Amino acid sequence: MSEVVKARPRFGVMRLIDATGYRLPLAGFVSILHRASGMLMFLLLPFILYLLDKSLASEATFAGLQALTSGVFVKLVILALIWAYLHHFCAGIRHLLMDFHYGLDKDSARQSAVSVLAVSIVLSALIGLKLFGVF
Amino acid sequence: MANNNIGPKRLVVGAGYGLRDWMAQRVTAIVMALYTVILLGLFLTGKDFSHAGWTGIFAMQWFKMATFAVVICLLYHAWVGMRDVWMDYVTHNVFVRLVFQVATIVWLIACAGYAAQILWRV
Repeated sequence: MSEVVKARPRFGVMRLIDATGYRLPLAGFVSILHRASGMLMFLLLPFILYLLDKSLASEATFAGLQALTSGVFVKLVILALIWAYLHHFCAGIRHLLMDFHYGLDKDSARQSAVSVLAVSIVLSALIGLKLFGVF
Repeated sequence: MANNNIGPKRLVVGAGYGLRDWMAQRVTAIVMALYTVILLGLFLTGKDFSHAGWTGIFAMQWFKMATFAVVICLLYHAWVGMRDVWMDYVTHNVFVRLVFQVATIVWLIACAGYAAQILWRV
């Protein structure tokens, strides 16, 4: 009996690689970026806490942190985290509104998806310009 | 008589069917969003951006407590999210998925401990 169960092909269970064959609508991009940004923040959580630690521990570590974050690579990582937070925040609010049955129809769902992408990218770009000392 | 618990007469035994975690993920999200607004408010109205000004915020007991509550919310929120990711993508080996899930829990609890240490050292 168990052999029969094992031999049966697993219909309905797709591999991650199968997902690449589909062209995503905009709302799909917002959705997968929501997941990717969440995973990024999860993985870099110790780094975020390390930054908080050094910023609070003492005057000396605060100054050391200013030196560390003047590097281009660290700035790029921080910018990626800023984008991840903004995107996750905006897409999360979109999700919450949809949980309350706002904007569920196709047109408004697409519009809110565009808004989430636009707001998070524009704000990230502004903060990025500030981070790299453009203004 | 073997199939007594299958079908319309199925005995429901309080598993919650995912509602608790679904709800917890949303409630924790709202708590973290409110904290973000508070932090942003402090940042935009702040005048002292030195080390003393920054530690002054974290020296306040209410802010420590709020931050710690948010860390615990983050722990639960990220657990539900990462568990969903492993359930969606690690589908071909239950043992591998279990390893990822246990590693996620250990990772998050370790981070929460680090956060508590940072907060109560200020």
